[in-house]
Amino acid sequence: MSFINLKDKVVQVKIVYYGPGRCGKTTNLEYVNRKFRDQIQSEMVSLKTHGDRTLFFDFLPFDMGQIKGYDIKIQLYTVPGQVKYNATRKLVLKGVDGVVFVADAMEKQREKNIRSLNQLHENLQAYKESIFKIPLVIQYNKVDLKDHGVPILPTAVLRKDLNSRLKVPDFEASAITGYNVAATLKKIISSTVVSIQKKLL
Amino acid sequence: MNYGIVSQEQLEQIDTILASKLIKLGVDCVIIIDMAGNIITAKDNGESKYDVYSFAALAAGNFATVDAMAKLVGEAEFSLLFHKGQESNIHFSKIDDELLLISMFGKDISLGFLRLNVVEAIEQIRKVWEGGNG
Repeated sequence: MSFINLKDKVVQVKIVYYGPGRCGKTTNLEYVNRKFRDQIQSEMVSLKTHGDRTLFFDFLPFDMGQIKGYDIKIQLYTVPGQVKYNATRKLVLKGVDGVVFVADAMEKQREKNIRSLNQLHENLQAYKESIFKIPLVIQYNKVDLKDHGVPILPTAVLRKDLNSRLKVPDFEASAITGYNVAATLKKIISSTVVSIQKKLL
Repeated sequence: MNYGIVSQEQLEQIDTILASKLIKLGVDCVIIIDMAGNIITAKDNGESKYDVYSFAALAAGNFATVDAMAKLVGEAEFSLLFHKGQESNIHFSKIDDELLLISMFGKDISLGFLRLNVVEAIEQIRKVWEGGNG
């Protein structure tokens, strides 16, 4: 959950990018890191394996200015997507305020997207959080691969697979080019901040 | 108990404890975080230049990992988590199930002496925390 420091007038908000292995979670943060450099006071922290896969998490703190006199500090995290790292994903989800679920639009990744979303549901339940209540945005990443001849799922199919019950905001995107990366981030930040404000009323 | 909001009065009391018990001892920097990686408070000797937000995220991850390993080998927890370098050291100590105290100090302070002061600081911080929600 968010942490509100009344003395320093700071609200710390934790947003986690979650999804199957190699779907582009880290690439999202790398794009944000480059694009919004002036709002980022420190370097992105990445804990990677030798093969450049996320091992533990990536972390990117991001200043979002003020709301009602409070500085909003967004803490962006990713999780490792490989199946074997589920214990780690669970640890990183502790205290999460909002989630971006990054799906991989490649046709061959269809089952992995569904499995990862189901596991997110289970992992949130372990913290007594509901995937139906937590601020959530879904991103259908790698849609640019269509232009390179790689078979991808139509957005309508992805939406049916992943968002037919959740009915949360979703974006097709290309993290490698930056297409809709900022839009995804803005939506999850606004949803999360609104959610926090509601809890405080 | 609501850990999401901390009052100004509570934080000022905690900062006073950290200053008198740890910074005065010569500790370079002391941070209290929750287990999600949020910073409750950070205090230094005026000379440190740590990136405290990234440090908090890594520290929470580090401690959570070690705690998970403790469970795997049948322990409730490992009471001591300590990293020793040539010039700098880091000591972790749980305040309770939700809060972690991290001390960064140089070679001039012995670990044993630090631990005594950490234990006393934690005892005082718990009283502040409990009092604020009484």
